[in-house]
Amino acid sequence: MVHVLGALNGNLDGLTTIGKGLVIGLAAIGPGIGLGILIGHAVEAMARQPEYAGQVRATMFIGIGLIEALALFGIAFSFII
Amino acid sequence: MIAALQSVVATFEPPSTKDFVWRCWGPELNVGGVQLCMNFILFLVLLGMLLFFVFFYFGLRRPSLVPGKMQAIAELGVQFVRENIGEPMLGSATDRFMPLLVSAFFAILFWNIFEVVPGLNFSSNSRIAFPLILAIVAWVTYNTVGIAKHGFIGYMKLVLFPPGAPAVLYILLVPIEFITTIVIRPITLSVRLWANFLAGHFLLAVFFLGTVAMLEGGLLIVFAPFTFALSVVLVGFEIFVSVLQAFIFSILTASYIGGALAEEH
Repeated sequence: MVHVLGALNGNLDGLTTIGKGLVIGLAAIGPGIGLGILIGHAVEAMARQPEYAGQVRATMFIGIGLIEALALFGIAFSFII
Repeated sequence: MIAALQSVVATFEPPSTKDFVWRCWGPELNVGGVQLCMNFILFLVLLGMLLFFVFFYFGLRRPSLVPGKMQAIAELGVQFVRENIGEPMLGSATDRFMPLLVSAFFAILFWNIFEVVPGLNFSSNSRIAFPLILAIVAWVTYNTVGIAKHGFIGYMKLVLFPPGAPAVLYILLVPIEFITTIVIRPITLSVRLWANFLAGHFLLAVFFLGTVAMLEGGLLIVFAPFTFALSVVLVGFEIFVSVLQAFIFSILTASYIGGALAEEH
């Protein structure tokens, strides 16, 4: 292990690239699950109560904005590191 | 194919955080190690302010009962903010905070939309300083109205002691409530806006520059239509994000103010 780290010393470009890929990939998992739950329930609510569809849609978009910000953090930080 | 790929990798330079640094346009001023000067970002901020001023000045200069075109658009905007942002969150106190909410919504919207305006293609909100100032304005506002309404002790009691918890739990709850309300809120408000436009600029840059690299990459030209199509889709997505983030920023500000104005339990 020490030997491997020693060989990597000063040559971390490859590891950084792998890290960038991992950041965006991992950052997309949680928001993906969250968006699925959120939009699924919103569709269900709209189907049950079509007269409240407008209200549900507005609230759904607020939630989408809050959740997708997490995935976008991932994109932003994958470029920064 | 592999040779083409290698040539693309050699010529394509991915966007980096250097793209967000603009050089000065004129004389520089050093104040305690901070460099102040006129540059493209400040130009965008001033342009957004000018647009905001023109929009509302010509819209509401001579308000008449039967609105003209400009007045109708301006009134639609104000009505949208009142009905969708103000009233659900603030109720009867909406009128007091309409100037703040309308300014926040439209100023952020104009600054955001520069991200997709051809020729500008940069949003001042992708630099942390501007969202941070906006968030500090919101923070000062909701704390000030809270303290003005309840007094300092009363406001702290309202914020730090959520009702209905057993007395022992307050040892745990008070620090958590303090950190979420006083410390974390302005940070999340500003970082949400900033990271959205940082990421948006990166996405657009990757796909448009990628299209150019594919066009120059020999055989890889067959992939260029797909990357180009996705970049056009992403422009639409960025317009959606611009409106959504302006909406979220002002509705969260309104809800924080509403929370600070709430009656004592």
